[in-house]
Amino acid sequence: MHLRVDHVSKSFGHGRQAQLVLDDISFEIKGGDFLALVGSSGSGKSTVMRLIAGLERPTAGSIRLDGQPVRGPGSDRGMVFQKYSLYPWMTAAGNVAFGMELQGLSRSEIRERTAYFLDVVGLADAARCLPRELSGGMQQRIAIARALAAQPKVLLLDEPFGALDLQIRESMQEFLHRLWRQTGLTALLITHDLEEALLLAQTVHIMAPRPGRIVRSVSVALERSTLAQLRVSPDFLALREDLATCLRSLDGALL
Amino acid sequence: MASSRLSSWRRGVLHPWFLGVLGVAIVLMLWAAISATALVDPLFLPSPGAVLAAGQSQAAQGLLWNDLVASVGRVFGGFALSAVVALPLGITMGTNPVICRLLEPLMALIRYMPAPAFIPLLIIYFGLGELPKILLIFIGTLFFNTLMIMDAVKFVPRELIETALTLGGRQAQVLRRVITPCIAPQVIDAYRINMASAWNLVIVAELVAASEGLGKRISLAQRFLRTDEIFLGLIVIGLIGLLIDLGFRLLMRRACSWAN
Repeated sequence: MHLRVDHVSKSFGHGRQAQLVLDDISFEIKGGDFLALVGSSGSGKSTVMRLIAGLERPTAGSIRLDGQPVRGPGSDRGMVFQKYSLYPWMTAAGNVAFGMELQGLSRSEIRERTAYFLDVVGLADAARCLPRELSGGMQQRIAIARALAAQPKVLLLDEPFGALDLQIRESMQEFLHRLWRQTGLTALLITHDLEEALLLAQTVHIMAPRPGRIVRSVSVALERSTLAQLRVSPDFLALREDLATCLRSLDGALL
Repeated sequence: MASSRLSSWRRGVLHPWFLGVLGVAIVLMLWAAISATALVDPLFLPSPGAVLAAGQSQAAQGLLWNDLVASVGRVFGGFALSAVVALPLGITMGTNPVICRLLEPLMALIRYMPAPAFIPLLIIYFGLGELPKILLIFIGTLFFNTLMIMDAVKFVPRELIETALTLGGRQAQVLRRVITPCIAPQVIDAYRINMASAWNLVIVAELVAASEGLGKRISLAQRFLRTDEIFLGLIVIGLIGLLIDLGFRLLMRRACSWAN
């Protein structure tokens, strides 16, 4: 798996009203990578994700997945949205099975894989619940299971925990980290939460707003045996403070 | 003891049906009381007993049943036609901006033409039979049904559609598996609301030209100053409307339990 974002720019609108949202973004993700894009609102980080998902087209530059240019949305790039995008009329199991049904897998295969992925996210007991009967954190776990069950090459996470309470967010970060280690999935995380990015990602790109661009990239080589310890380790805190200063200076330049 | 009795009394009062039934009962009692005191000429305000008697007499003659079948048949015929056309049309307008821009101004214009004003034209075109009445109901409800369905489609959350696309869904699958179930509650509700206009229209059509039907019966009753039969007609129309409304609500509860 190799995803390459190559000198991508994106403008919205035409002519004089055209607004440059992304300016010359380049990065790449290899199989098994966990990469994060961090920036304040207006930095265009969600637009980067929508471009990779194929929900928008770049104005300039190219996005290639295993050498093939991205031309539209497809099941090789799974997506988890910030707002709970579960189908309210389907059960949890129905939601997880949905992508496989769209792809026309056999019934027995769907049943087997649905059970497996419900188990992976720890919600086998909730299989028959409707989304409204589940908590926000559970709903996001189902959304992640649904995306994974469609067997994407890369999982795109757009502020997946942004709408959750702090406590639940921490346990979800723990969950995502374990999932990544166990399954070896490839993930791109969009977040405005610097700590979240540093906890989970091996590579973090900092984005500046107006127009959105990558201003700093760091690889996070920290010992991640437990996230709880990592959160308070001196190396982690030093790195976080360094990058937080960088982010603040970007916001300060705007004021 | 006293407090538990009080709370059970309060529960009874707060039961959703209780106050509604009470409201109807109060009006019925007022009606009976006023007609009993003979303050108002019975020609203007027939007593509940007289209306009931008129109902029994019409039922015995078989008129009531015939009128019911005629009116209900027209409503269902015209409305079914409208519902069947409005669903694909509304979905197409909601998903395709070009067709929406093409048709929306036209529909907004026709929607403001009062449907009863089409009656003379429909009579000239199709005579006095069933067709013009069914078409009147069709014209009078089609545009409301279509525009309400179009709005429901436009309000389908973008994430639900985009999720299906990133799961490998094609356009046709998105339409069938995401948009259709998502708008089902609003479609049922649109039908429930616009059914009321269908009832208005059938009565108007029958007042103008018909040989049977609840509206026709009312207009005949007027000719013979039979206010008891007019009251009867109005009450029957109201009750059937209420029944249809409840039917749609039941359908909603059964088919779209996830939306409650």
